[in-house]
Amino acid sequence: MKFLRQMLTIAAKDLRSELRTKEALNASLSFALVILLLFSFAFDPTSDMTREISGGLLWLVFAFAGVLLLNRSFARELPNDCLDALIASPLPGAALLLGKVLANYVLLLGIECVCLPVFGIFYNVRWTLQPAWLALVLLLGTWGMTVVGTVFSALTVNMRLRELMLPMLVYPVLIPCLMASMRLTTLILAGQPITGDELAWFKMLIGFDVIFTALAVALIDTVLVG
Amino acid sequence: MKQKILYALGVVAALLLTRNIWTMLTKLPDEAFQGAIFRIIFFHVPCAFTCFLCFFMALIAAIAYLSTHNLKWDAFAVAATEVGLAFGAANLVTGMIWARIIWGIWWTWDWRLTSMLVCWLLYAGYLVLRDAIEEPTERARLAAVMSILSFSVVPFVFFSIKWFRTQHPQPVLYGGGSMDSAYRIMLYLNWLPILIFAIILITIRMGQERRQRELDALRREIHAF
Repeated sequence: MKFLRQMLTIAAKDLRSELRTKEALNASLSFALVILLLFSFAFDPTSDMTREISGGLLWLVFAFAGVLLLNRSFARELPNDCLDALIASPLPGAALLLGKVLANYVLLLGIECVCLPVFGIFYNVRWTLQPAWLALVLLLGTWGMTVVGTVFSALTVNMRLRELMLPMLVYPVLIPCLMASMRLTTLILAGQPITGDELAWFKMLIGFDVIFTALAVALIDTVLVG
Repeated sequence: MKQKILYALGVVAALLLTRNIWTMLTKLPDEAFQGAIFRIIFFHVPCAFTCFLCFFMALIAAIAYLSTHNLKWDAFAVAATEVGLAFGAANLVTGMIWARIIWGIWWTWDWRLTSMLVCWLLYAGYLVLRDAIEEPTERARLAAVMSILSFSVVPFVFFSIKWFRTQHPQPVLYGGGSMDSAYRIMLYLNWLPILIFAIILITIRMGQERRQRELDALRREIHAF
């Protein structure tokens, strides 16, 4: 119970400071929109092809925008030695991590909720065909992305070229999660039912989330303190 | 003494390899469907085995470092990863040469090929991460975490390929594949010199890491004056 409260305190702190300054949120949202625009030059956005690759496009946008957001997650604590203060506080490392993951999760889901209708309008995709399935994929895929991303944000926080290192390290690790999310999203946007073989992708997504949440919680003290 | 053992091992590996190549080229018949090029499998598959063995050893070394904080384990981890990457590259390149002749293309985004490339990139990221950190203990600690995270992605990538039909030939040594016993023996026999070669490289690389550490310590001592 105490752990939960500590976690929520961190999440609330992060959300509050982000919503007051909006520095990462604005940057990542406008970046997502710019990428959505750029994709339209890469291929003909009205053709049937859009429907075939829509999941991939959407998750690429989320991944790019997400990394911008995640980069700030621990970097925000660097001025005034806030990170040292957080580590020195009686908070367990896992609560600190999960609090930050939760804050990033909420922010990224918010960005996704804005991008989705814009994507639907610009690329003529009907994304409301199977809203429950789509929501499930978004919730699971985004969780995997934020958990892994936040751990790597902590890992790279003191490095040279931090902004470059995070995407370089985090995308290959995210491949199973992105692969499953992309495939499921494409099917859902095309209005195809999720059955049999495709359910295996859900299992993979859930497995990825569970394993990497456990690993993140287990390794975060090593990453932050040593 | 250690140096001499390494040289002796190197000679053994070279002799074995020469004998294997001789047998491969003169004694073993061409494969019925693929012709002469099939012989690349005797290097392609052992390289993949060696690569994954190295990555697995790097994982063990990473866990050992985190529990003992002995920098020797870190040296072992980086040596194993680098050698693993080299053999992974050999596996990819031999595969591409084979694909060019049998399939007519160098590369296809087949899941098997893609998954191997993903693995390779993950561990290349490990080396980039090491380069970005100056302080040795911090580098060792964060690199160990990266190694553990990288290794936990590998099973996902490899299981995901089970759900697809892949262009890549099915495994010949396990899981229902079949291979003539003469070929099979040759494959294992050729793995031996490659494995010895990997061990030699890892030992040399570990020695380099140790000397680097000693140099850094001396340099710090000079700066302290």
